[in-house]
Amino acid sequence: MGETLLPQTLFLAMVGGYAATAAALVVPQSPRLSRWVGAAGSTIGASAGLALAAAVLVTGTPFVAQAPGILTPAGGLLLSLDRLGALFLAVLSGVAIPASVFGLGYTAGYGGRYSLGWMAFNTGGFLLAMSLVVCAANVITLVLAWELMALASYFLVVTEHDDPAVTRAGVWYAAMTHAGLLAILAAFFLLGAASGSTGWSFGELRSASPSLSPVVRNAVFLLALAGFGSKAGLVPLHIWLPRAHPAAPSHVSALMSGAMVKLGLYGILRVGLDLLGVGPLWWGTVVIGLGAASALVGVLYALVDDDLKRLLAYSTVENVGLVCLGIGAGMVFRSLGDLEASALAFTAALLHVINHAAFKGTLFLAVGSIVHATGTRDMNRLGGLARRMPWTTPVFLVGALGLAALPPLNGFVSEWLLFQSFLPGVASSRASIAVLLTLGVGTLALAGGLAAATCVKAFGISCLAIPRSSRAEAAHDAPGSMRAGMVALALACPALAVFTIPLLRTVTSVLGELMAVPGAWPPPNAGFTVQAPGVDARMSPVAILVVLVGVLAGVWLAVRLLASRRRRTGETWGCGRIVQTPRMQYTATAFAEPLRRVFDELYRPADDLIVDVHPDSRYFIQGIEYRSRLPRWFMRFLYGPVVQAVVWAATRTRTLQSGSVNLYLAYIVAVLVVLLGLTIGF
Amino acid sequence: MFRGPGVAIEIAQSLLALMLAPALVGLVRWIKARLQSRQGAPVWMPYAQLRRLFRKQVVVSPHASWVFHVAPFVVFGATLVVSLLVPIAVTPLPFNDVADLFTLVYLLMLATVFLALGGLDPGSAFGGMGSSREMTIAALSEPAVALAILSLAMVSGSTNLGEIAARTVADPAAALSPGYALAFVSLFIVMLAETGRLPVDNPSTHLELTMIHEAMVLEYSGPYLALLEWASWLKFFVFCVLASNLFVPWGLSTSLEPGALAVALATTLIKLVVLAAAVAVLETRVAKLRLFRVPELLAVSFVLGLLAAASSFALR
Repeated sequence: MGETLLPQTLFLAMVGGYAATAAALVVPQSPRLSRWVGAAGSTIGASAGLALAAAVLVTGTPFVAQAPGILTPAGGLLLSLDRLGALFLAVLSGVAIPASVFGLGYTAGYGGRYSLGWMAFNTGGFLLAMSLVVCAANVITLVLAWELMALASYFLVVTEHDDPAVTRAGVWYAAMTHAGLLAILAAFFLLGAASGSTGWSFGELRSASPSLSPVVRNAVFLLALAGFGSKAGLVPLHIWLPRAHPAAPSHVSALMSGAMVKLGLYGILRVGLDLLGVGPLWWGTVVIGLGAASALVGVLYALVDDDLKRLLAYSTVENVGLVCLGIGAGMVFRSLGDLEASALAFTAALLHVINHAAFKGTLFLAVGSIVHATGTRDMNRLGGLARRMPWTTPVFLVGALGLAALPPLNGFVSEWLLFQSFLPGVASSRASIAVLLTLGVGTLALAGGLAAATCVKAFGISCLAIPRSSRAEAAHDAPGSMRAGMVALALACPALAVFTIPLLRTVTSVLGELMAVPGAWPPPNAGFTVQAPGVDARMSPVAILVVLVGVLAGVWLAVRLLASRRRRTGETWGCGRIVQTPRMQYTATAFAEPLRRVFDELYRPADDLIVDVHPDSRYFIQGIEYRSRLPRWFMRFLYGPVVQAVVWAATRTRTLQSGSVNLYLAYIVAVLVVLLGLTIGF
Repeated sequence: MFRGPGVAIEIAQSLLALMLAPALVGLVRWIKARLQSRQGAPVWMPYAQLRRLFRKQVVVSPHASWVFHVAPFVVFGATLVVSLLVPIAVTPLPFNDVADLFTLVYLLMLATVFLALGGLDPGSAFGGMGSSREMTIAALSEPAVALAILSLAMVSGSTNLGEIAARTVADPAAALSPGYALAFVSLFIVMLAETGRLPVDNPSTHLELTMIHEAMVLEYSGPYLALLEWASWLKFFVFCVLASNLFVPWGLSTSLEPGALAVALATTLIKLVVLAAAVAVLETRVAKLRLFRVPELLAVSFVLGLLAAASSFALR
């Protein structure tokens, strides 16, 4: 086999692996076999995908394949995996491998209730569709793969279809993803029609875009931002995310949050950075604005949510917002002609895409393991898991520390780089840009601080202290395959921090393909130290890790040798009370209460406090009932009217549908006459 | 810059900070006592306290997990790493090359997060209360810190602590600019909040309901408590050094010459004593704020940070 055939082989192995999951459909009698077939197919496909992505990233030669015979009028199927696509393929395959291994054990819990073959098949199809999205090189291929991805993930979201809440989540997901598809189609139709090309391949669109009128370019950009932004979960198009993520099985949630949401960002980059080229200044500011809104709304709602998976879903909204802050800053700098700063901002954004996939995937797998063990996602029913699940809880902690962007893990590295990428802009000569980016720094910092509080809440309430329910009390750790999957992904978090420099080289090589990047960065002699160009700031994740571990070891040794080693068990102090019960602990709701009160104006919670007093004295209280709800403002004010309008229009349209075949035939005739008239008229 | 001896000096500086931190806290306590017309415990009382705690046994709640045992080490270790970064006598330090001011802030956040987790672990209502409040304050003080760093970075062109200090030493007039002054006040407020001083938290409180830091460490005892207390004193020391040597850098040495080092050390100690006295006076003059007034104080700090950045921008 020749050297040049390697990418083709890997591509076929990827497609073949994912397609092999269809075999799970034909063995419905054996759930066990279905699981194995599904996990094996997905793992093989994802490994091949990762290898293909690595090959493209290393050599820089795009992998090209085409099938002009299929759908010829629309330009035929055309695949071309360039470095930008390969980066996203690497991210999604990298999450898919541990998630598939995890799924092997995790899906066992669904056996007997739902079809495991159908689930395995959809997971394979979902992964295949995502891989094809990043390979697509013309509009028809992209749109087909995009829709396939939406369908497969929809079926995965509604796995537990007998739960009304799940089907409702499915409806929202399907509606939002198709509204997004409409916007994407509109963007590409505009771009394709205006470009005057026939095949609507990305190459043709790219070369045609500079000659387009500004109105068309702006419209294409905004439509693409809305369409891809709805998949990415940008505020206010995020509402499907906190519904769909908790509904899906946990390994699928990890894929959706770690990989699929990133494809929305891929789309924004593909159109905003690649196809349309340099845009006006306001494009970047719009993206920064949306990013800041997503970051704050995401983290504020994550903080107060008591459902573990919904908390993680909101935190995904936050992190997409952080990435968009970087993308927006990159676009602003690019419009201003400051290529160095622009490259730094885009690099920070792409690095955060990778890092977020690792720690959020880890978190979803760890939470999956908790759900597997306890059957609940409600933090107020968890607790005490650290003593019962010695594998899951350290994994959870690693993910949570990544989420809080704490050193020495990977989340910190990309957040640091995001901060640094804003600094040159703050010193920009334009006061408006300087103010915008200064507020951006404030947003980043506030989101970081609140994310730390969220991390303490998520880990501390659900894993520490006394179990709050009998199921948490009886929790057991996950089986081997689940452990292997989540530990592997958790280890990626420190590893990505350690290998920051090679990662950055890869990311800049990706950027070099899309825009003029000044010089090689990081420089060859960088060693382990990240030095932000333009800003005189250095940071070495490896040195921080080494020093931190060294100091910890030293302190531990010193305390062990010099201090008293006597230890006694004694009950938690309760002001003289004898028994400590779970009811005396802080709850998840209580933990977030101070911050909820600080941001009262934003949440505007509806609290009811009913105090039942003794008839003889109002100082003698018999019972207290406290209810608190956070109204869904986006639902009420933004989506409520839209849904009402749709229902109204649907009711009006219904009068057309009488059920009479004769009338339908009359419609057909009428439409034919009109069409004929139009054709002759033109 | 000065690699080999630099590392030795850096470690020595950090150990010095570790050794002096209890004295600084003891000094604040003593001055406070004198201002309140009390006799006051001697300045070296905190050392005796550490010695006593390290010799005592640890009492561990039956509900606590491995996190409870890990937390004191991470809190102490992360704070100790931070102390490697701050310019106590000499600047720039070798470790400044690999960790900047943002890293310092996030390392302190790492310590805070583990402290809060340690507070939650034994299942006590007080621990949860302390953790919740601590995280609230930590989260809200973050933007103010970032903007203060930003305004320093805009003046010196770097977020590197060593560079910031070295450039202010080279051009002391910069320390008198309005951007620096505003950033100093902003950071001073954050320092009070982060190190659990009045008006945000009362370090000498005995009432559980008003505690923040003390509530989180309520379940800790023996060597664990010693580590946590020492870490919190060290954090106070580090913040004081930052406030004095970043904003009033006079005397700070940029070479390893013994004479210059001695002068630098002496001036730093004088600055620390002045700052300790200021904190003590402040703590006798102000009452503790209600918890829900603290965000307003931090908002003031944020606005000051914003003004600092704006004036640094305008006067560039």
